[in-house]
Amino acid sequence: MLTDNPTGNLPTLEDETEQIVMNMGPQHPSTHGVFRMILTLSGETIVKADLEMGYLHRGVEKQCEEGTFVHNVTATDRLDYLAAMSNNLAYSIASEQLAGVEVPERAWYIRTIVCELQRIASHCVAVGTFGADVGTMFTPLQYAFREREMILDMFNMICGARMTLNYVRPGGVSLDLPEEFMPACRYFVDIMPAKIDEYESLLTGNEIFTARTKGVGVLRRDRALDYAVSGPTLRGSGPAYDVRRDAPYGIYDRFDFNVITEEAGDCFSRYLVRVREMRESVKIVKQALDQLPDGPYFAPLSRNFRPAVGESFSRIESPKGELGFYMVSDGSIAPYRCKIRAPSFINLGPLREMLVGHKVADAVVILGSIDIVLGEVDR
Amino acid sequence: MTHFINDFFPIAVAFIKSVLSSFLPSWIVDIITIVISISVFIMFATIVVMSLVYFERRVIAWIQDRVGPNRTGPEGVLQPIADVIKLFAKEDIVPTNADPIVFKLSTFVMVFSALLVYTVIPFGPGMIISDLNIGVLYAVAITGLTAVGMLMAGWGSNNKYALLGAMRAAAQVISYEIPLVFSIIGVVMITGSLSTVSIVHGQEAWGGWRWNILLQPIGFVVYFISATAELNRTPFDLMEAESEIIAGYHIEYSGVRFALFFLAEYLNAFAVACLGATLFFGGWLGPILPPYVWFIIKAYALFFIFYWLRGTLPRVRIDQLMSLAWKYLLPAAVANVVLTGVGIWIYHALTA
Repeated sequence: MLTDNPTGNLPTLEDETEQIVMNMGPQHPSTHGVFRMILTLSGETIVKADLEMGYLHRGVEKQCEEGTFVHNVTATDRLDYLAAMSNNLAYSIASEQLAGVEVPERAWYIRTIVCELQRIASHCVAVGTFGADVGTMFTPLQYAFREREMILDMFNMICGARMTLNYVRPGGVSLDLPEEFMPACRYFVDIMPAKIDEYESLLTGNEIFTARTKGVGVLRRDRALDYAVSGPTLRGSGPAYDVRRDAPYGIYDRFDFNVITEEAGDCFSRYLVRVREMRESVKIVKQALDQLPDGPYFAPLSRNFRPAVGESFSRIESPKGELGFYMVSDGSIAPYRCKIRAPSFINLGPLREMLVGHKVADAVVILGSIDIVLGEVDR
Repeated sequence: MTHFINDFFPIAVAFIKSVLSSFLPSWIVDIITIVISISVFIMFATIVVMSLVYFERRVIAWIQDRVGPNRTGPEGVLQPIADVIKLFAKEDIVPTNADPIVFKLSTFVMVFSALLVYTVIPFGPGMIISDLNIGVLYAVAITGLTAVGMLMAGWGSNNKYALLGAMRAAAQVISYEIPLVFSIIGVVMITGSLSTVSIVHGQEAWGGWRWNILLQPIGFVVYFISATAELNRTPFDLMEAESEIIAGYHIEYSGVRFALFFLAEYLNAFAVACLGATLFFGGWLGPILPPYVWFIIKAYALFFIFYWLRGTLPRVRIDQLMSLAWKYLLPAAVANVVLTGVGIWIYHALTA
């Protein structure tokens, strides 16, 4: 009953009011970090949006030219700090291509398991904070963080850190799985589907939630492709593009999973894509746990290895989208150049046109549905 | 003995009066008793608000699968006191560009309007500060005053977020006042009186169980939704939406002034719960326990629904809020008035 007018704009209210410029951010609870939106408002409707980023710029790409190939893994932890495993993996694949090492099979299985767990953790944050953006009293957030906590505890078991993991390294992973990891992980994949149902019972069918998200922030299929967005933001608009399936890296071709898409392109479909992707990730983790072979978890690779002169490019499906590392080696112990294709940064492209015409309250919903991490946007 | 417990407060007032009137003129005695009852009431209200804040935090923690405050005192019951001390110790900041008079005055407008509502709330037989014969109308009118306080706060702060919050507040409170009044009319028609005490007495039939909720279910639903919106509680907390306009009209307030806003907000919410208990749930009526205990139980039970909604629902948008009020609640409330009228007519036709 509330959904008949998605944008909520009255047809004949032409601008007789004075427009005001409202500054949202960089210090604002809903901009997911230090992001700034300068909104020109007519009443409560956004007529113009200026976006400003760069408050978290640390020069990670330049830092990567100073450290050795192994040092730089720590720098990638701080890019998308909600998905450090994925960043480590993309960086490691690019380094391994330069060094020309073969990664052992067990290492690939471990990498797949931790990266899919990381995807679940990242989507938990995305779904939970999205619920908070829509205006719940943090109940979905608390529920999602409860399960994310289990994942972080598992990461703590395997590498002693919770967020800045530094676990996946060029050549394999830094440590083998401890014995308590397997039962913890099996327990987690057993209970997780029921927990995802719980999130859905709070949000998906909720009349107010659908009224706030359906038809809001529509990103049409062609515009999504024009802006080269990727990840759930792209798949929410229709195109079934997933690096794990379309350009499989590692051992992803061995697993059975679906690429989730939704056609509407609004905030609700982006949310649905994330929720369903969590279920697919649980499936992948389950299969990987069943197939996990014995063997070495690290390829013999010197700590200060010097790859041959050349360049490499790796791309993986990080929780936010297609994460790419372009690396150039001049034969020394440090990369000559390291360029990061950060999905959060590129997914922000269409935000400006998605905002115009909506209400102030929808601005935070639309931004939340894109799921950015400022560490990755600003690098 | 039961008589003494049930009527403890009226008996105490009568005792004080009899002692004082032995050596003081009667008008001074009246003033003193009124001052005493108001002071007792304000202390009671402060304790109620602190308990409400504590329960809110524990209930929402329970809904959210976490513990909530449990360190200060047994089970954390002293946490609200610690919070109040913290707020009182904080610096009271008035922004440079704010309008200082409006900025400071708005807090008092909020608290006074919140306190004034309690004048007509009957906590038990004889436990009412003033039994006005237009009690319900008075209560509804006074709750509407909070919009003035919010507008003053939003305007006086000279902050765009605060202004947006205040504009939303004005639109919201004025819109929801109308279905709120219409939802109460049904009860008033059945009772035939606007006095809150008469409304409670009107529910004494059927052995004290003819509560108006049984005759006025639509009225209660409309009343509760409109009251939630008027009180600015989830899912209608647009005027202080922290994810959008951060804290809305009270964004610039700190320390004691913020505490006063907080107090006013919870006083208002509890007043609406008390009014709901009076109008729809038989007020103080109930077996065995003293009447004032029944009243408090009913008011807290209604307040629990506020907690529950707050723990579960997202926030609606301003245009959806307006369409809900004008397109759905108002017609439902008017239809309820018509239905009630037809019902009363049939009742009179049958019993005459």
